[in-house]
Amino acid sequence: MDIVNEILEREQKKADKYKPITVEKHLELEFDLGSLLASDTNDLDIKTLKTNKDSYLLALTRDNAQLLLNKVWELPTERIEEAIVVRLPQPTTILPRAKPVPVPKPLTKWQEFAKAKGINKKKKDKLQWDEQLQKWVPLYGFKKTAAEKEKNWLIEVPQNLDPMTDMYEKKAGEKSEKVAKNELQRLKNLARAKKVKIPRVGLPVTSDKASATQLSTAASVAKASTASLGKFQDKLPKEKEARGKGVHELIPGKERKRKAPIPTPAAEKEYNLNLLDNILSKRPKIDMDKAVAKSINEEEVKRSHEKKNMKPGLGKRKTQGKGNATNFSAKKPKAGKGKRAPNKKSTGRKRR
Amino acid sequence: MKVLSEDRTRILFEKLTKYIGVNVKLLIDRPDGTYCFREKKDRVYYISEKLLHLAQTVKPDNLVSAGTCFGKFTKTNKFRLHITALTYISPYAPFKVWVKPSAEQQFLYGHHIIKSGLGRITENTPKHQGVVVLTMSDIPIGFGVASRTTAECRHADPLATIVFHQADVGEYIRSEDTLT
Repeated sequence: MDIVNEILEREQKKADKYKPITVEKHLELEFDLGSLLASDTNDLDIKTLKTNKDSYLLALTRDNAQLLLNKVWELPTERIEEAIVVRLPQPTTILPRAKPVPVPKPLTKWQEFAKAKGINKKKKDKLQWDEQLQKWVPLYGFKKTAAEKEKNWLIEVPQNLDPMTDMYEKKAGEKSEKVAKNELQRLKNLARAKKVKIPRVGLPVTSDKASATQLSTAASVAKASTASLGKFQDKLPKEKEARGKGVHELIPGKERKRKAPIPTPAAEKEYNLNLLDNILSKRPKIDMDKAVAKSINEEEVKRSHEKKNMKPGLGKRKTQGKGNATNFSAKKPKAGKGKRAPNKKSTGRKRR
Repeated sequence: MKVLSEDRTRILFEKLTKYIGVNVKLLIDRPDGTYCFREKKDRVYYISEKLLHLAQTVKPDNLVSAGTCFGKFTKTNKFRLHITALTYISPYAPFKVWVKPSAEQQFLYGHHIIKSGLGRITENTPKHQGVVVLTMSDIPIGFGVASRTTAECRHADPLATIVFHQADVGEYIRSEDTLT
């Protein structure tokens, strides 16, 4: 019996040393074997946690780790170089990224425009059939240049040009200008992307035919370019100051005005009424056209009244040459029939 | 919604006085609340203070219009009245032109008013005066600019233009997409 007890005791000790692999849990754990993650949603025993924190947490962790490993052992095992390994499935938990999301590249001016207009880039073929040369010519590269050279062995000088112009030189100039423009635009795009302020390139002086806005801008700039910033310069009768984007910055002495604060409704009303009074008082007191039209109109009204009042049957004159304006008839006025009365006026209009 | 700058306010009022004279004051100084002019994308809106406050809660990019559109500033900084302003102009206009029923359609299609279509005209209308155009039953249908004085109209030949067309209610259909 002793031996049996001894063995049992030994077994007991062994069992104490190794804790059981089965763990009782109120709620099942959630596992993500891919990232070897187990999440325990069971409530903590707060009483034990307060009295015996460390040992309680240690025991809890062990139990949960045991459960996780149990799950791992359920996976199919392989033997690679004397070691038993498990192939973990894909992790299902989505981890937040360590670095911030990269900022999208700033669009160039053309890209912005194309986006707004809905213009899509069309893929071009790298090779194009050239009818003249009867062969495939690439879009760019040394073969394209060679093809161009072959094609343009002679360039006609247009009639509107000087017959001695070198068309090859002209073409090369145009091309280099295009390249320069492209480079400038590239730099401008870079500056805009980095939000660097670039100075304005002033007024174009090259073209012989400046537009009206360019001229007015130039005039405004020139006028303000005195020691007193154009304060004492005379104004032409109908001169207008140049307006538009960027004009303000060009004119010396005109710093950017701060935006006026939005006025209160009462102040705005007052201001508007004052402005309106100003406008109304500025209108001419006597409008000649209006005055003339008014007098003509009055005359016409008077005449029409007379016409209405006049009774056609009673249009008899009482005495010769003694009619007045109110009762003249439609008949022609007669002269005094031989009797001259120079100080008496005859009716009707004067006839010569 | 921007507050109009000084010179733009001046341009706007000058245009309005051409049509309604001193009555512009009545538009600003109203007994039923404060009204003001605001600008958005070169268009001028006549809006009550109350509505303006409500409109300010909307993001400017998302706000298409608020209030009544009176017209717009052209690229050359001139002000052009839209037909939408007719409701505010017609009651105050001192100078009016009535068109005959037969000429109404012509006017509503955007043509000038010729002498033969003229039904009635306010007396003493000066040349180049802004006038409101009404039907014979006193319904306002647009506005224009008198090309002749009333006195001159009497002696004009039947095909002579009396009123230059500026805007008419037909625009609500014809240029629906540009009116806001």
